[in-house]
Amino acid sequence: MSAAIELCGVEKRFGEIAIIRNINLSVAQGERHALIGPNGAGKSTTFNLISGYMAPSSGSVLMRGEKISGLPPYQINRRGLSRSFQVTNVFANMSVWENLRCAVLWSSGQRYAFWKNIDRLPEVRERTAQILEDINLTARRDVPAGLLTYAEQRALEIGITVAGGADVILLDEPTAGMSHAETERAVALIRRLTEGRTLLIVEHDMSVVFGLADRISVLVYGQIIASGTPEEIRGNPKVREAYLGEEAA
Amino acid sequence: MSEIASHVAPPLPAAADKFKFYGLWAGAAAALLLLPQIFTSGGSLTTFSLIGISIIFSLSYNILLGQTGMLSFGHAVYYGLGGFLAIHAINIITANKLPIPLPLVPLIGGLTGLFFAALLGWVSTKRSGTAFAMISLGVAELIASSALILRTFFGGEAGISANRTKLLRLFGWSFGPQIQIYYLVAAWTLIAVIAMYALTRTPLGRMCNAVRDNPERVQFVGYNPHTVRYLAFCFSGFFAGIAGALAAINFEIANSAYLGAVQSGTVLFATYIGGVGFFIGPIVGAIFVTFLSLGLSDLTPVWQLYFGLIFIAVVVFAPGGITGLLMMHRPLLKAGTLTQMLPSYLMALVPTLAMIVGLILSIETIVHYTVNPGDDSHIKAFGVSFDAASPTIWAMAAILLIGGFGVARKTWTWVGHAWDGATSVAREKGIAA
Amino acid sequence: MLELIVISTLNGILFGMLLFLMASGLTVIFSMLGVLNFAHASFYMLGAFFGFQISRWLGFWPALVIAPLLAGAIGAGVERFGLRRVHKNGHVAELLFTFGLAFVIEEVVQIIWGKSPVDFRVPPLLDFPAFTIFSTNYPAYKMFMLLVSIVIFAGLLIVLKKTRIGLIVQAALTHPHMVGHLGHNVGRIFMLVFGVGTALAAVAGVIAGPALVTQSNMAGLLGPILFVVVVVGGLGSLPGAFVASLLIGLVQTFAVSMNGSLAGAFGPLSPDYASTWLSDIWGVTIAQIAPIMPYLLLVLILIFRPMGLLGTRDT
Repeated sequence: MSAAIELCGVEKRFGEIAIIRNINLSVAQGERHALIGPNGAGKSTTFNLISGYMAPSSGSVLMRGEKISGLPPYQINRRGLSRSFQVTNVFANMSVWENLRCAVLWSSGQRYAFWKNIDRLPEVRERTAQILEDINLTARRDVPAGLLTYAEQRALEIGITVAGGADVILLDEPTAGMSHAETERAVALIRRLTEGRTLLIVEHDMSVVFGLADRISVLVYGQIIASGTPEEIRGNPKVREAYLGEEAA
Repeated sequence: MSEIASHVAPPLPAAADKFKFYGLWAGAAAALLLLPQIFTSGGSLTTFSLIGISIIFSLSYNILLGQTGMLSFGHAVYYGLGGFLAIHAINIITANKLPIPLPLVPLIGGLTGLFFAALLGWVSTKRSGTAFAMISLGVAELIASSALILRTFFGGEAGISANRTKLLRLFGWSFGPQIQIYYLVAAWTLIAVIAMYALTRTPLGRMCNAVRDNPERVQFVGYNPHTVRYLAFCFSGFFAGIAGALAAINFEIANSAYLGAVQSGTVLFATYIGGVGFFIGPIVGAIFVTFLSLGLSDLTPVWQLYFGLIFIAVVVFAPGGITGLLMMHRPLLKAGTLTQMLPSYLMALVPTLAMIVGLILSIETIVHYTVNPGDDSHIKAFGVSFDAASPTIWAMAAILLIGGFGVARKTWTWVGHAWDGATSVAREKGIAA
Repeated sequence: MLELIVISTLNGILFGMLLFLMASGLTVIFSMLGVLNFAHASFYMLGAFFGFQISRWLGFWPALVIAPLLAGAIGAGVERFGLRRVHKNGHVAELLFTFGLAFVIEEVVQIIWGKSPVDFRVPPLLDFPAFTIFSTNYPAYKMFMLLVSIVIFAGLLIVLKKTRIGLIVQAALTHPHMVGHLGHNVGRIFMLVFGVGTALAAVAGVIAGPALVTQSNMAGLLGPILFVVVVVGGLGSLPGAFVASLLIGLVQTFAVSMNGSLAGAFGPLSPDYASTWLSDIWGVTIAQIAPIMPYLLLVLILIFRPMGLLGTRDT
């Protein structure tokens, strides 16, 4: 079986500067994989390269063995890959309900339909309601997304990401800026929503990473210096030196 | 329906809501039918026809600006081409005695608008935001200048005309009298308004809103924002074409002004002044601006200046337009705190009006000295006569303008405080978000 | 033929430099404030009319200095008391504000100076032929226009490269999102940039006024071409604006001087088509389609390079 996501010799340069230098990474289907590394290591850039937000300067990104690098984001999304953003990126003037519904539409086969009443689509309604309940925002259903609290917006961000039913989910620092209690709730939410799917997550909170991930890759200065199970990563001297050492100190 | 959708999803409209909803449309239809019975003069029928055309045109514009967040400076292209094709269609139908009645001609205009929007739209909608605005302007200039070159088709400066009465008759209607044109416009207005309202409630309509709010994120939920913009552009062109055809039928002529920058600017003014945030906004704007342009031109020679000043005032002080201003008050009305606002509004109104009167006096006096310096200085503006050469008038203008401004500033801060009080009460009652 | 080429090249570069005087201000304002000043061409017009009025009172040379300062002061005022207020309502509101402003300025100019062209003459000092190529006298005033635009162009380059403000502007051009982090005097810098940008447009107006027609519709005629320049060059790119200005200046000037048509190239159309719209296309000369050349160029650029010649920013 081919990997859910595979990066082969991926490089990204901005002018002279190489942000990503020859990344090889493989995420197996159904795996929860965390990408960690110090600030500026290129984690968000890696996400941008996988999700089609940017095209790699060289190398290729494969999804289930098929090349997706170079495709626009919406085509990658239609193949079943969905991502969240580090900075909340929702439809601010639309209600929570509308936000989630927009995220459900394409995968419900509605495409650009202009002849159907959107309120009379039972499948869309059903799935939107399910996601709304999953992210515990039922009480805030009709509130414009821009007026939600920070934690609520982060939950909505995750909701939009998983709503389309993609089986590869990329989450970019989903718990950043959250209190301890909020983080715990968010982790439970992520665990529940990504059940049976492939998850690639960028996260700074080590308790989240080691609690959630099946495998971890460490990115430093645009290169993956180690990849393995949480135990292997914990025991890896290179990682301790480059990254965890800083944390411990 | 499953368990979850029934208690989590917004409730589907109950029978009473549906009744209210359809009742509203039926009421609108009845009002359109009865309007000519109340206002019977030819002048008011013409005005109503113009308003109907303007409503379709403004709503079609709002598919771009309000729904999809695309600011176009060249929407008149599709309106004008619809108008020209309608005139040509009438002439061809008449010449060949084709069995097509006049009420179907607006559809030809609409299809023309759709065709050209489909043709020019793909390139125009490649970019969004400011670039789209500039591109729409460039494309509009391209078409408007080409219209002057292709004289045979566009009739040069004079335009081309047609006789609308010689087509296949339905029920013996010749469409010569204005009342019959009124009913034609009214029927098309109703159809177009319903169709455009329905469009906002489709998957495409909602994705248009999503593209307006955040085109970047749209790409990550599977949609191509360019395609969404393009489709919105096509629909917008279609309805603009219908409006243009109705205008051409109404005047029995189409000329290059239909396509021009002024026409594009007018629809932008009407839509924005009415309010882009609500479906009804452009309707309000169309009515307001039509009355304004008909009314102001009788009251003062420099009415376009006032027009521009009103537009700037709306952009600066009421970006939600007239509808936005009214809708702001809905939570207060529900919470019963609207009356708290009235005293401060009244207090602010007096100096604001004084300032406006001062401004008008100054403008009209300056106009007297620059536009017609040789004329009698006893001039009349807005139905009021005064002596533009009198220093008393100058002093009065200055005092009203400067004094009014100073006092108005103060009173509007009071309005702000009263507003905060009234909304916080409404919020406590759980009405405002 | 050679004569035509030389003269058209000179005129084209001149028109291009005038366009760049305006496009440079427009581009810098766009990069720093994020708003495309729809009224930019209106400040060009104000420059021309102020120049006309002041040269009546004080002569051309004082007008060349005072008129741009006056227009720039108005521009700075517009930024301080207008745009800054509208800023919180978003870019669409800002663009619409400048759109309304353009409309009002045109009305005001019409009220003060009327709708017909005013008699704005070339100053006597410069009213002589500079040189004669083949049989054409090339007016000294046009050389003066070229000189002024080149001097200002050089001045701009020096300011951009050598001064603190210039460095900030450069930073804004390459990293527009960083402008917000410039510090507490960002408001002053915005006002200054807007004032200088509009003053540059006014300089173009004063020097173009006597050579072209000073009339209340001049902003409406030039404005769309100016916006084509900045889109073709790539929104926010100063070198792009320069290349596009010259390109459009040359294309339009050359087109005006060409009389070829399809009829001329392939012979007259068969009489069967004489009364159809095909005959319009067949008979039209390149000179006649000169006004639409910039827009055709715009459409072509959009098809092949949607970001513009040297553009990198998506709005």
